[in-house]
Formats: sequence, C-alpha cells, structure tokens
Amino acid sequence: MNKPIRSVAIFCLFLFLALMLNATYLQFWSAQSLDDRPENRRVSEAAYSSARGPILVGRTPIAESEPVDDEYQYLRTYERPLLYAPVTGYFSFGSSSGIERSQNEVLSGEDPRLFIGSLVDLLSNKAPRGGSVQLTLDPDAQQAAYDGLTGLTDGVEGAVVALEPGTGKILAMVSAPTYDPNKLSTHDFAARDETFQRLEDDERQPLVNRAIQTRLFPGSTFKLVTAAAALESGQYQGADAQVPGGNTYQLPQTSGDSGEIDNEGRYCPDPLTLRLAMEQSCNTTFAKLAVNVGAEAMLRQAEKFGFNSDYLDDLPNQARSVFPTEMNPPQTGQSGIGQYDVQATPLQMAMVAAGIANDGVVMRPYLVNEVQSADFDAQQTDPEELSQAVSQSTADAITEAMVSTVDEGTAEPAQIQDVRVAGKTGTAQRGVPGEPPYGWFVSFAPADDPQVAVAVMIQEAPGREIAGGALGGPIAKAVMEAVLQ
Amino acid sequence: MTTTPGAAAPQSALMGFVHRRRRGAELFLLVIALAVGVGGYAAVGLGVEGQVPADIVGYGGWLAALMAGAHVVVRFVAPYADPVLLPVVVALNGLGLAVIHRLDLTDDTTFARQQLTWMTLGVVLFAVVLVVLRDHRTLSRFTYTSGLGAIVLLLLPLVPGLGTTINGARIWIRLGPFSFQPGEVAKVMLVVAFAGYLVQHRDALALAGRRLLLVDLPRGRDLGPIMAMWLISLGILVFQRDLGSSLLFFGLFLVMLYVATERPGWLVVGGLLFAGGAALAYRMFGHVRTRVDTWLHPFDYYDGPPGQNSYQLVEGMFGMGWGGLIGRGFGEGDPTRIPYAESDFIMAAIGEELGLTGVLAVLLMYGVVVERALRTAVISRDNFGKLMAVGLASVFALQLFVVIGGVTRLIPLTGLTTSFLSYGGSSLVASWVVVALLLRISDQARRPAPVLVKVDEEQEAEESTQVIKL
Repeated sequence: MNKPIRSVAIFCLFLFLALMLNATYLQFWSAQSLDDRPENRRVSEAAYSSARGPILVGRTPIAESEPVDDEYQYLRTYERPLLYAPVTGYFSFGSSSGIERSQNEVLSGEDPRLFIGSLVDLLSNKAPRGGSVQLTLDPDAQQAAYDGLTGLTDGVEGAVVALEPGTGKILAMVSAPTYDPNKLSTHDFAARDETFQRLEDDERQPLVNRAIQTRLFPGSTFKLVTAAAALESGQYQGADAQVPGGNTYQLPQTSGDSGEIDNEGRYCPDPLTLRLAMEQSCNTTFAKLAVNVGAEAMLRQAEKFGFNSDYLDDLPNQARSVFPTEMNPPQTGQSGIGQYDVQATPLQMAMVAAGIANDGVVMRPYLVNEVQSADFDAQQTDPEELSQAVSQSTADAITEAMVSTVDEGTAEPAQIQDVRVAGKTGTAQRGVPGEPPYGWFVSFAPADDPQVAVAVMIQEAPGREIAGGALGGPIAKAVMEAVLQ
Repeated sequence: MTTTPGAAAPQSALMGFVHRRRRGAELFLLVIALAVGVGGYAAVGLGVEGQVPADIVGYGGWLAALMAGAHVVVRFVAPYADPVLLPVVVALNGLGLAVIHRLDLTDDTTFARQQLTWMTLGVVLFAVVLVVLRDHRTLSRFTYTSGLGAIVLLLLPLVPGLGTTINGARIWIRLGPFSFQPGEVAKVMLVVAFAGYLVQHRDALALAGRRLLLVDLPRGRDLGPIMAMWLISLGILVFQRDLGSSLLFFGLFLVMLYVATERPGWLVVGGLLFAGGAALAYRMFGHVRTRVDTWLHPFDYYDGPPGQNSYQLVEGMFGMGWGGLIGRGFGEGDPTRIPYAESDFIMAAIGEELGLTGVLAVLLMYGVVVERALRTAVISRDNFGKLMAVGLASVFALQLFVVIGGVTRLIPLTGLTTSFLSYGGSSLVASWVVVALLLRISDQARRPAPVLVKVDEEQEAEESTQVIKL
C-alpha cells in the first residue's frame, strides 16, 4: 500500500502548494487591487483616520489634519475654504476630489517616493505619516482672482486661471460659485450627506471646478489660434501683414443671413492689418483666414496648443477642450472665430495666451510645486515642455497685435500703468437666441518678458451685461498686477 | 522499495531500522510550542490593550500544565510515538486561542475562554484514548459498529427537536445548554469504518475488473460501496446543506479506497461520480449555485441579500490583502468586520494581522502534521493502521484545503472549521482524538521489532498503570 500512500503524499503536497501560491497571490499580487476597491472600508477608514499631510501655498497650510478626540483621530480642516476649494477639493469619508484625490498617495504617506521613511515606520510598527504637497499657487494672485470674480455681482458663475508662461506653473485657479470643503470633511456623516445632496442638487453646480471642467465656445479669444495658424501658414508675415477684412462675409457654400458674418458695428476695412483686425476683433477677417488656411491647418494649430488632449495631471476629471476634426468650409469659417463646435476650458485659453507669451512654447500646466515626506525629503516638479505651438516670429507678431488690442482696441480695461500688456477679449454667443453671451478675456504681461498669463471666463453674471472686456478685463488686470508687484 | 508493489517488501526493508523514542526532542519542541501560545496571548494584549494581559501567568500555567500532562502520558503509554505531531498541534491550538482572544477583545465575547475549556477536554480525551487504546488494531473489531454509529450521528441533526439549523446548515444538535456537531465525531468513526471494511475487502475491489484506456476499471458489482458513499455524501448535501462535509466524506473514502486497492481506476470512477454529483447539485440546488456564483463574481454579490451575498468572502479577502506580507499586527487590523472570523474565517483574521508570513507558517505547520501522519502510514506494519493513518491524514489535508481554499477564493466557499485553530468545541475535541489515534499508530509503527512489542507493551502497561495510581 506504500506506493499509493506516496501518491497521496504528493497529491497533498500539491494541495498545500496551491494554497500557499493562492495566499501569496491574494496577499501580495492582488493586495493593491483589493485595497483600491471602492467597497473596501478598511482602506477608507484607515486613510480617514491617518495623520494626513498638509496642502501648502507657499509655507501656509490651506488644508491640514488636526487631531480630534473621536474614533477617526484626525479631522481635515481647510483654512480659506471658499478661496481654495476648486483646487484642494474635499477629503470626505469614502470620497475625495481635487488635490486631495490626485495627491492622495503623497498626503497619506503611501507614495513610493516616500517609501524609505515608511518602511522604517512599518518595521517600527508606526503608522505611515503623510507627506506635504506644496502648490504652485500665488496667494495674492489667487485672492485677486477670487475677489474680482465674486465681486462682479451676486450669483456670478465663472473661472479665472493664471499661468507662469515660462514654466506652466498655475498661479491662480478660481471657480465660482464655490463651496466649503470643511462641511464635506466633517465626521458628522449625516450633516455631510445633507450638504452633499444640497451641493449636487444646486443648479449652479458649485462642486464643478469651472477652470478645468467647464468647456464653452471660446469666441473671439480663439482668434489668437486662428492668427497663429494664418501666420504659420506662411501666407502672412508680421503684425502689420495685410489680411482680408470687410464689413460682412458670406461664408462659402451658404446664402442668406444665417451664413453671413458681420463685425457688430466695429470698423473693419478690406484689406487691413492683422494688428487692426485684432484691435477691432474683426469676425470677417478671422473667418476668412480660417477658410484660407483650411480645416486641417486649423486643427493642427489648435491641437498644438492642447485642444483634443489631456495635459493636466495634477487634478482629476479634467474636461478635454475640443476642436472639430471634420469640418466643411463654412464650419471652418465659424471655427475661426471660436464658434461652431469649438469648445475650450479657461485653462486651455490661458495656455494659448501663455504659449504665445513664451515664444510659442506651450508648457505643461501643473499645480504641485513640491512634495515632501514627513521626514522633509523634498521632490520638486520639473517644468515640462508640451509642444512648440508656433515659431518665435509668429509669437512675436501675435504679441504685438495683442499689445495694440490693449493699448488701442477692445481690451483696454486690462491696461496697467507702465507695463506693456497683451490681451484679447471674447464674447461668445451661446447659440440660443435671447440668452446672454459668455464673456472671455485672455492676457499676459509684461509683453516683453511675460511673467503671467491669465484667462477669465464669465458664464453667468446676473444683472450685468457680458460684453467684451468690460467684466473680464479688470479681473485679469488685478491678477496680473498681483503677480507683477 | 518504491518500485516493488505490495506491502511486504517495504516492511521488511524497514525491519533493520530501529526508531529512537525522541521524547526529549518532543519536550523541547513543546517548550517552543508553549512559547507560541503564551507569546501570542501576550502579543494580543500588547497590541490591542497596550499591556501584557494580567492573567498571563495563570493562562500560561494552564497551557503548560496541559502540555506537560499530554507529554507525560505519551512518554509512558506511547514512548515511540512521533515526536513532532504533538508540539505542532499544540502550537496551532495556542495560536488559535490567541487569535480568538484577540477577536474577543474587540467583539466583547468570551469564545477564547470556552475554547480553552474545550481544549482541556480535548487533551483529557487525548490522554484517555492513548491510555485505553493500547493497540489501534482493537478498533478493527468495531468496523461496522462505528460505520453504523457514524450514520446515526450524521442523521441526528435531522431529528426534529434535537437538530438545529444554524446559518442554513442543519448539522448541529442541541442538548440543554450544549450544542454539538456530531459530524466531527462521525468523521473519525468513518475513518475507522472505512479502514476496517477496506482491509477485509481490498482483494475483491483490487483485482477484478477490465482494462480500458490504460486504466483498470472495476467491475460493476464492486461499485456498491462507492455508490453508497456517493449517495450518503449527496444526502448530506441535500438534507443538511453541508457542502464541506459532503465533499470531505466522499474525498476521504475515495483516497482510502485508492490506497487500499492500489488502483487508480477508482480515482477515475470517483472523479466522474464527483463531477456528476457536483453538476447535479449545481443544477438542482439554489444554495450550491449561490456558492459558485459568489465564488466566480464575488464583488457583484457584495451587497446581496442575507445568505446570497459574498460579504464574508470579500471582507476576508480585503482583510488578507490589507495584511499584506507581514500583516498589520495584533490589534492593528480590522478582522471583526468578517463574520465568523473566529471559526471558519480564522485564516483571514490571521492573514490580516499576521500577514502572508503568518498564513504560510500556519500552512507549513499543517503540512508537517499531514506529512508526519502519512509517514506513519508508510512505516506502519499493519494494513489497518496504514489505512487509518492515511484516512486521518486525508481528513486533515482535505478539510484544510476545502476551508482555506474557500476563504482565499481558490475554490467555492464551503463551511468547515480549520482544525485546532477555529473556535468550535466539537471540532477541537475530535481533532485531539485524531492526534491521539495517530500517535497510537505511530507508536506501534516505530517500535523496534514485532517480537519485542509484546514485552514492551506489557512493561509499559504496568508502568503506566502505576503512574495513574500515583
């Protein structure tokens, strides 16, 4: 009987091997995916009860975990909650958003970059301590943007984004209306659920970060992209190149009023200089330029600025700005003035301005300047080039035209004493008769050595007329001044 | 000796080798096992409450006394018994007590105290079996008695007023304040019955048959016993809804049949019967289907209605994943999230707080138990002893595979206890009896020579009688 007993022994060996391999698979290979499952309350409770690292602006914490005397041990609290909510997001039990979500591994101390510290912690049986995340935000610029936007009127909806053109650092990111993340991170879960429900039911969508999650017709601010495509095509040279104009322009393949583009009464002779067309924001000029360079060249140019792609890694749920991939000539003409199916986020339009400001080089926008472990090992983010959107000469020509637009044209509200400011307004029709338009304003300064590029988007301003740079201009000016001083 | 078929050759090859008693080694290993038990208890106190439990001396003293008692009994009545088995099961039992105590501290229950009482009873029965049963072959007289007893025990929970249904399975009987799982005792009796029956009938089952596709298939008229066992297993599945025991009993019979007859053909027949039974059960019974579905798609059933969800399984997996390589440490995990963490899912609790390291260590300890039991079977000089040792080893191995495979989602989850670790009196007491039987068989097997056996036995009988008088 010994032979079958040996077979049984070998069979048992395989049984045990299978159990051991399976346990190893479960506890080693699939441990991470199990931890990542939304049902896993162990992970969420542990994350929620840990000493999470702070989020800093400069050296000031804007989100901190404070020890409290309940089962979760730490309460996430936000200084200046309304001002920074679109960036920090909230840290609630089982859900989070913004930097709290995208930088969760650093803040919770699980990031591999902080591993040496936490391995020591692990062996000494200490809970991992969270690292800190320092943002690129400039507190003065952020404050100026927030004051400017919320100061317009009650019930304003819009966003402001400011970038450092040479690096892609996001200096300001404001969205209105905003919310108080303290009310979502509270340990009083019933109150939290009520707040959540109220915020989600709110028609004005306060939880949406309009700077990156709302995309709208960019309107006339998109003429910067059209100008770039025209100059890059080689058909036109410099800010004073002769470009087509005219009081009206019947789009190709169309007839009647619906296919006719006018300038809403602004002065646009035919031909005229690119500078003048920009100053007066001539719709006829830019529609014609778009038709001339063609849909493909327009698409290529828009994509070089970042349309149709994701580029922001530091915040979740970025909306992708859109430029249509298939267009006939009349649609191409409309796209040249930022209508038809062209849609952009405020961040995207800030990148267009920053790209032009930075000699044609678009930098990847980022919010996290530095992460630091609890033991003060710092890791700085390196600026990264996203693309060379236009040549330096094209960038210079557009800059010239934009400076003239601020000095002489529609963007006058952004003028700053003794600083050359480049800017462009935008007023985009919603496509719904009777509804007010969206207001846009993009600018950068100083024109010769740009330190800041701003995009302002105003979606709703009850009781105020949204037109040109009247509302957006002063906000952009305040933000630029805050950075420059 | 592996190539020669038949039982005579290996035995004669072993004749020249004389096993040593190795009782000193057993004592040394027992001290280490005691350190596992008492150290675990202290670590639980430190981890959960931040201090060594106040009753550590009393607790450690009690464990030490039990071990010393067991060791002394073995030393006198089974001096040649395998020296590794007892320390390993003591370590497993001690670790189980520590983990149950840790769960008690969070849940405010007193399972560990009850488990310690059951352990005491188990060790007492262990000693009684060793003292009373001087030769395991005596048991072969009770082949049909124990077979009948096993069937009666298995039927008991179905008696109205006596049996109770807990968690859907009707495998408990309740007598006053005590509840009891007769299946655990039936398991041991079945091994005895199978061994006795197969020793008598192995020739008929082994020789007749015809060859088909390189496999010797048995004759139709010899299929009686395996069909009967198949029907009994199906009956347990249908009437008691006990998937685990059904699987265990059938698997046990199959292994013993194969070993007794040396015919792989039986495995083919058994495998086909198992597959047929499994397919039948899956088609006919909702609770079997639920088990399979929750096994295949555990996350889809996480929130299902009671009895049809995979909450326990998924929480166990989350816990084991959360424990990772070295575990959270006692008190740092959250094993009380898992329903029945103290019994069926104790491996998940160990995985969470002691990590993969702890799980592998426990599996290795069980591996040692099975290996020692099979080694006993190989060196045993009589076929009845061989079959019993193989049967008891298979009970351990299969039960462990079924329950831990289920907890770690290797196979569908079926309810069984993890021997020695899990909370549960019937299981623990039965497991101690199993170890006593294994030690008895190994004592017989490792004795120097058959001629000397009688003399030794008589001497020891006198010695041990004196000890008991003292």
